[in-house]
Amino acid sequence: MQYQLKINGESRTIDAEPGTPLLWVLRDGLELTGTKFGCGVAYCGACTVHIDGEPTRSCQTFVEDAVDSEITTIEGAKDKIAQAVQAAWQEKDVVQCGWCQSGQIMSAIGLLSENPKPTDAEIKDYMQGNACRCATYVRINEAIKLASEKLEA
Amino acid sequence: MNINVSRRGFLMGSAAGTAALLVGVNANGVLAAGSVAAATDLNPFVKIDADGTVTVIIKHFEMGQGTTTGLTTLVAEELDADWSTVQTAFAPADNERYSNLFFHAQGTGGSTSIANSFMQYREAGAAARDLLVRAAAQSWDVDASSIAVDNGILTSGGNSGHFGEFIAIAATLEAVEKPTVKTPDQFKLIGSDKLHRKDNSGKTNGTAMFAMDVNLPGMIYAAIMRSPKFGGTVVSFDDSAAKDVGGFIAAQVLPNKAGVVAFGKNTWAAFQSRDALSVQWDFSQAETRSTDTMIADHKALLDAPQFDANHEVPLASLEPVLARAAKTIDAEFTFPFLAHAPLESENCVIEPTKNGVRVHDGCQFPTFTRPMVAAALELDPSQVEIRTLYAGGSFGRRANATSDYNTEAAMAFAVSGRKVPVKLIWSREDDIRGGYYRPMSAHRAKIGLDADGKITGWDHRIAIKSIVKGTPFAGMVQGDIDPTSVEGVSESLYNVPNFGVGLSDFQTPVPINWWRSVGHTHTGFVMETLMDMLATETDQDPIEMRLAMLDPAGANQARMIEAIKQVREISGWKKGDKRGFASHFSFNTCVAVVADVTVEDTSVHVNKLFMAVECGVAVNPDVIRAQMEGGAGYALSAIFRNEITLTDGEVDQSNFPDYELLRNHEMPAIEVAIVQSNNAPTGVGEPGVPPTAPAVANAIFAKTGKRITDLPMTKAGFDFV
Repeated sequence: MQYQLKINGESRTIDAEPGTPLLWVLRDGLELTGTKFGCGVAYCGACTVHIDGEPTRSCQTFVEDAVDSEITTIEGAKDKIAQAVQAAWQEKDVVQCGWCQSGQIMSAIGLLSENPKPTDAEIKDYMQGNACRCATYVRINEAIKLASEKLEA
Repeated sequence: MNINVSRRGFLMGSAAGTAALLVGVNANGVLAAGSVAAATDLNPFVKIDADGTVTVIIKHFEMGQGTTTGLTTLVAEELDADWSTVQTAFAPADNERYSNLFFHAQGTGGSTSIANSFMQYREAGAAARDLLVRAAAQSWDVDASSIAVDNGILTSGGNSGHFGEFIAIAATLEAVEKPTVKTPDQFKLIGSDKLHRKDNSGKTNGTAMFAMDVNLPGMIYAAIMRSPKFGGTVVSFDDSAAKDVGGFIAAQVLPNKAGVVAFGKNTWAAFQSRDALSVQWDFSQAETRSTDTMIADHKALLDAPQFDANHEVPLASLEPVLARAAKTIDAEFTFPFLAHAPLESENCVIEPTKNGVRVHDGCQFPTFTRPMVAAALELDPSQVEIRTLYAGGSFGRRANATSDYNTEAAMAFAVSGRKVPVKLIWSREDDIRGGYYRPMSAHRAKIGLDADGKITGWDHRIAIKSIVKGTPFAGMVQGDIDPTSVEGVSESLYNVPNFGVGLSDFQTPVPINWWRSVGHTHTGFVMETLMDMLATETDQDPIEMRLAMLDPAGANQARMIEAIKQVREISGWKKGDKRGFASHFSFNTCVAVVADVTVEDTSVHVNKLFMAVECGVAVNPDVIRAQMEGGAGYALSAIFRNEITLTDGEVDQSNFPDYELLRNHEMPAIEVAIVQSNNAPTGVGEPGVPPTAPAVANAIFAKTGKRITDLPMTKAGFDFV
């Protein structure tokens, strides 16, 4: 089947079997490999992208259900909040292995988009769906705080 | 020679065909320099391009532990390069010239990256600086001693130029064999807290390349159906259902009969096709026991240890000593199999080349991967090229002597017809069920005390499957003892009289492997829980008691004393403190931890960990802190609730819902003190793991009076919030 997807502001046509998770369309079909495979069951958050602005697990989103939506991946995350989050991530040296970080960042952008000044508890609550095997959580939370402060300034 | 073809290709590729100065080691292993064109016999650590760009060639792989940042710091320090513009590139496979100096093999592990590279990479940087200075002196016709170097710029009087301007002359000069390196007071980058990680931007904008991100023209995807019981082999299979899967290409038995590989046009098609296979297995050689039986079998081995790890104190000699004891402390511990569960599951790409194959991999041990892939494809190792990419975690999983997933990929490539690139991907279920676990183990200890509470003898027994016996790492075995089975007990820093250690090797087809901190994952827990029991039994402060058992005249003991004192200070520890303390020496590093927990009914929350680390010269203090944080988090995930269990030989867990990783809200606050030290640097990737677990267990005891001796802690009725 051919599908027309709107990804990072561009229209892309791809060939995929119905029922294929958006994750594999992005990674194998479109070479947008910044979105990562972690568990395949929407349990770790490594595959998080934005669909119509909402952080969504792409491993459990069928390609046919993503048609007509605006899909944003880490490669297309370039707005003011995304830039602030990525800069804060670098300032705090959050990353270790890095595999989960695209998903962490997409979730963090989602958090700050709906709650520009999250409390520590709100950050932990919102971010608990994104697992980090290197346990970079202390810095993830510091970076979200820093991005929030910079956006407010 | 193919090996030179691949090295030349690597050099030319990275130099984009332009002139560049290379400084590294020549065939004799001594420092040498040359231009790209003349350097076919040289393996560089540093490359300087005509535009002045400095590239540090990283001989270790990066799984998040900070090696790209660390090795770059060492070169940039001595070269006086501009940190912000220094680039990194991973080294090609070359056992000799890119070997880990501690292993005499190219590989990353044992928390050795900085420790073994510390002088080598500094000397390479210093040699490059010396060449550039002499070249500039020649070019400007000034005395070399008049030249200053700072941030990638050379100056002398009114003359000034960047590195790239002098590479042509520098490439014609002889490198000094033993360049002068800086003294610690001259360091600008080593020890600086202002350096950001070199892998920072690529890992925050999605551009960092991992093996699973490799997409090649014509590439097909492979997933493997493995035996549900470890050690089973394929009898026959039926792929008729797989033929209905869109994107299915073919299915074939692997040459070693360990599984059936399904090929698909993309990852999803490969997974779907694999799941649709029906396979008949031969389980005659397979593990068919369940976990309860295996634990009982471990405990039975403790009754009669096969080997004495401490020959000076055989266990038999302790019987009369312990019989005379006024009192004994008796304890038994059990530990489950654990999966490493790196978030990027096992995968690699094998691509046909003119001369053989290229393996795209987050390659932890090229020394093993190369010959294993070569053997599977009946090639000479020199025909196997390795392109190392970032690894999405490893924690030991990617370093195994069989190079299991690389070999699988090579077998899949072989049966595919060798014409197109093959990407093998493990699903998370494959990873959780696929073995190479931290081995299950059991400990039993009997500590004899006299009437004054002094230790008179210590009978310590361990049953565990050996990690290295029967593998290419078997050279590590000392007598009958696999050191990774007893490390942390047999080489404890504490002064203990009559300390006997017995070992029994457990046998099982379940494949096992080193897991972040290896034997110390269990030995550290046991030793530090026993020390806490001893402190309670003898009514001593756990910290004071340990300090009294360490001899300040011993080099590592003195380092540990310092770490313990620092953690006591930053945590504000007082006698009678209802917190937990533990300290452990591993990978030549001393770490001491104070854990602060809250327990409500049976629910535990770890509020804060105070950690002090003595790891010699702190090359990148912030990376050290990050590794302490990460090591602690890795330990907590395991002790809270992680275990791999078997029912009739089949793994009960399958994915993160039943092998739950530590989550954001469960991560404690962490404060790290780094002991100021002039000792040579030692490891930091692993040493944060071992003392964290017992510090938390001892804190739970302080709050509840309940000892935790069987892991995970859910077995003691606790849950974690």
